[in-house]
Amino acid sequence: MKAVVIGCGRVGSSIALQLQREGWEVNVIDEREEALTRLGTGWAGGFVVGHGMDTDVLHRAGIEDADAAVVATDGDNTNIVIGQVAQKRYGIGCVVVRVLDPARADFYAKRGLRTVCPTQTAISVLTDVVRACDVRPLEPTGSS
Amino acid sequence: MYVVVAGGGKVGANVARSLLDMGHEVTLIEQGRGRFERLEAEFGHLVLLGDATEIHTLERAGIARPPDLLLAVTGDDEDNLVIGQIAREGYDVEKVIARVNDPRNQVHFDLLGITQTVCAVSNILGLVGHEVPEHGLVRMLELRKENLEIVEVQIDKRSPVAGKTVEKLSLPEGSRLISVMRDGEAEIAVGSTVLQPGDQVLAILQPGKEDELRTALLAKK
Repeated sequence: MKAVVIGCGRVGSSIALQLQREGWEVNVIDEREEALTRLGTGWAGGFVVGHGMDTDVLHRAGIEDADAAVVATDGDNTNIVIGQVAQKRYGIGCVVVRVLDPARADFYAKRGLRTVCPTQTAISVLTDVVRACDVRPLEPTGSS
Repeated sequence: MYVVVAGGGKVGANVARSLLDMGHEVTLIEQGRGRFERLEAEFGHLVLLGDATEIHTLERAGIARPPDLLLAVTGDDEDNLVIGQIAREGYDVEKVIARVNDPRNQVHFDLLGITQTVCAVSNILGLVGHEVPEHGLVRMLELRKENLEIVEVQIDKRSPVAGKTVEKLSLPEGSRLISVMRDGEAEIAVGSTVLQPGDQVLAILQPGKEDELRTALLAKK
């Protein structure tokens, strides 16, 4: 099983390492060469320096025969475009895209792109935590 | 007509100004505060501060009316693509024109259905080719929907077709000559048209057939 991870920040690098531990052949793309250090000294997968919009870069990372693509750069719109390119141009069945803006994540999810929105997750979790707190409602205050 | 212009840089601001002069209704969206303030001094309430890739911003700009035309002309290709897609797919805006900053991204616009694009770099390179026709063949117009293009070829003295009639030519499959320009006058190319050195010939062909056409019409280097 082959995966391409685009964006090697905190999220992308952790996913790449985890997938590799689980037996995937992983190639990572990032614009900054320094991002490679996030993968640690024992990184046995591939690493391509370049922009994920650049089809040459995608080809060097083996997009053409990848089974999965994870798109997690720091730009929502960059992720949305690369995700659609992976899905529509290269026919990758398993494409997952990080989108921070809940509205855009929802818009593209409705159109068949598998988006993950950490902002929406945080909103839900934080709200649930508050709901679950054992706090008595405020007594109605009388006018004084 | 009502036009939303996303991106208030040189392109967006100048287009907005011209459209207003022509009597159209325009809303201009700019996300940089500094640039917004300068634009506001000129355009007043017609310019909106916000990120045009946010649905909320587009809605404030009246995307739901919907506008007759949306121009996605920011300096960022990903942004222009997303703005174009949201307008077309989310709000049924019929006409979307997007700016392509890096010509290498043109393929992504084509793939994602944003077919009306303008790329200054490609246009300038086309003009360079026109002024310096060293490759012998200049791409004049791309008909994306039809998957055809129109090119111009200059016939020179060494050309194997000089002196021949059009009907005697063996042109590549999927190509036709359209017209011949000679001494400043153009005529439609028909079977009996004789090609002469100095003629500027327009041809229509499928993309990818340029080399074959060049071989058919021009002398080897």
